[in-house]
Amino acid sequence: MKTREEIFNVLKQEFPEDVFEILNQPMEPIIMVDPKAIHKVSFYLRDTEGLKFDSLMVLSGVDDANGEKTTDADGSQTINGGTLSVYYHLESLELGHKVTLKVSTPRDNPEVESVESVWRCADWHEREAYDMFGIKFLHHPDLRRILMPYDWDAGYPLRKDYKNPEFYQGMKIPY
Amino acid sequence: MKSLLDQEFSDSNIVITKTEDLLNWARLSSVWQLGFGLACCAIEMMATSASHYDFDRFGVIPRATPRQADAIIISGTVTLKMATRIKRLYEQMPDPKYIISMGSCSNSGGPYWEHGYHVLKGIDRVIPVDVYVPGCPPRPEALLEGLLKLQEKIRNESLVKKTA
Amino acid sequence: MALKTEEMVLNMGPQHPSTHGVLRLEVELDGELVVNVKPHIGYLHRCFEKHAEAMNYNQVVPYTDRLDYLASMYNSFGYAVAVERLLGIQVPERVDYIRVIMGELQRIASHLVAVGTYGVDIGAFTPFLYGFRDREKILTLFEMTCGARLLYNYNWVGGLSHDLHPDFVPMTREFLKYFKGSLVEFNNLLSFNKIFIERTANVGVLPLDTAVNYGITGPNLRASGMKWDLRKNDPYSVYDRFDFEIPVGRGEKGTTGDCWDRYYVRIREMEESVKIIEQALDQLPDGDIQSAIPKRIKPPVGSVYARVENPKGELGYFIVSDGSANPFRLKVRGPSFVNLAVLGELCKGHLVADIIAILGSIDIVLGEVDR
Repeated sequence: MKTREEIFNVLKQEFPEDVFEILNQPMEPIIMVDPKAIHKVSFYLRDTEGLKFDSLMVLSGVDDANGEKTTDADGSQTINGGTLSVYYHLESLELGHKVTLKVSTPRDNPEVESVESVWRCADWHEREAYDMFGIKFLHHPDLRRILMPYDWDAGYPLRKDYKNPEFYQGMKIPY
Repeated sequence: MKSLLDQEFSDSNIVITKTEDLLNWARLSSVWQLGFGLACCAIEMMATSASHYDFDRFGVIPRATPRQADAIIISGTVTLKMATRIKRLYEQMPDPKYIISMGSCSNSGGPYWEHGYHVLKGIDRVIPVDVYVPGCPPRPEALLEGLLKLQEKIRNESLVKKTA
Repeated sequence: MALKTEEMVLNMGPQHPSTHGVLRLEVELDGELVVNVKPHIGYLHRCFEKHAEAMNYNQVVPYTDRLDYLASMYNSFGYAVAVERLLGIQVPERVDYIRVIMGELQRIASHLVAVGTYGVDIGAFTPFLYGFRDREKILTLFEMTCGARLLYNYNWVGGLSHDLHPDFVPMTREFLKYFKGSLVEFNNLLSFNKIFIERTANVGVLPLDTAVNYGITGPNLRASGMKWDLRKNDPYSVYDRFDFEIPVGRGEKGTTGDCWDRYYVRIREMEESVKIIEQALDQLPDGDIQSAIPKRIKPPVGSVYARVENPKGELGYFIVSDGSANPFRLKVRGPSFVNLAVLGELCKGHLVADIIAILGSIDIVLGEVDR
């Protein structure tokens, strides 16, 4: 069983440019990783003796809402710039330790490498992050919307500046 | 006005009544429903069909296909993705057909009325509803009362005047 | 000369008597054999995460009930554990014990629905009625405590909404005594029935390394042979004070990890839950259940991921807080969402009727899949 600081040191030695820093938060420390290299880091985490992270617990997208907020004519907000993040919570069923990784991508063109080939569990989680936030996962076998209808063209619902359309296929949406 | 079985027969086994009453009595005693459970209210509908609050004693049997069903009980939240399919099922049912809207989600959107970007605020935006049963989820007794109100409505139908 | 054949695409649509809710399966068939199954979900997407960002931490509790509507005591249990870990508060012991008792009763109720509807899918209608008869007794106990039959709003952040009724403990003991005989009856009806075994043994075998890679948890993982239960491996609340076993699939009637194993693990889990409730009732302390409820919930900036063992698997809540009274981001890791993804792998090479048997044994609830 390793602590998060030890895991961070091992990763920093192996991937000096891709693993950035460890954020020490009150609840759990988080390791920041480069979005285009998360694939290599995940393979290393899964296969190395002593780490053996064989299970991805959850993969979630978060809208950081740290860009500049402008107010439009009808009172609603639009956010320009800033980042979208993806959090990965990993666990080892054999050795019993856990780790949290985080990647940040720019809001205007969010692209992250897919980890679907490492853990098949990530397949649907990444489709949901794409559906709700618009984050594109490169080399995902089948990236399309999963919860919203396939022809939904009104944006990505869980972003902080999402505006609701009035009608969808003839049905009135607001109350 | 006494119902058919409450009248006393002076001449054995000959009953004189109106055709309307006979047809309405036959229709309300065997409302076959399409087995259509969407969300939490479906579990209460299943509990109503189970042995404690038996639905079968009113003549209500679940059928698998809309072509053989008289009524749909819309139980649960209706989303935009599902609403188009419900409309198609409604059009596949033969006349006379009845809709019971069970639970607050299908009455008017329920607890998801404020920020639900994918929730249809009430099934009556898509198909016409006969009986609304309130509750979240409604107790089985409430659903039985909804069924009795539907039977009341069928009893007062007329062959001559057109319904929806 | 060989006959020219083509594959056919069949749609088992959102309205289907046996798909446990609104799930659409796109099945590619070669005659009667299945080549591929693709699930399409999202027909019950109710925007839970958007609502959670607009409400206080307290106001989210009724919405968590409606996620897995067959096990709503456990959903709010998990949410309360997550927020209490974020705030760093400790609840009184009586609250913990009552949460465990309600949670285990809810586990029995949820498994009764699972095995009852599994019987209906296979073709046997009677176990459904027996299961619902016993479930009505449990729902009477819940109604006595908090007034609702299905969706309770009972586990608040830092405490509970109502204390136990004075008649609750004797009535629960009576129910447990009755239930042990009822389980034997259930087993005689369905578990060791020859037709049921023919339909479910050696069907939909899930190997252990595939299960771990797909992130399967709960009774499905235990049926494939791994002894992993969050109540023992990562204990929360007061579960480390009870003595109970973890049932694991042993391949008694076929291969380890087939549908019969997944079904039988649930029956044995119900027996273990009875043991836990008896021990909890014996150790139940006194106290005030609402003393630790904070007046205003404003957690520090940060994020937490907390998980509990739902009847269907590992239910996790990932909360990101920015210091205000509403959660900044609340993500729910629903066990059924993750368990459903493996359906395509399991159904390859089986017959069409086996799809229903496999889907019923995974035991999904669409409220959790779509949120």
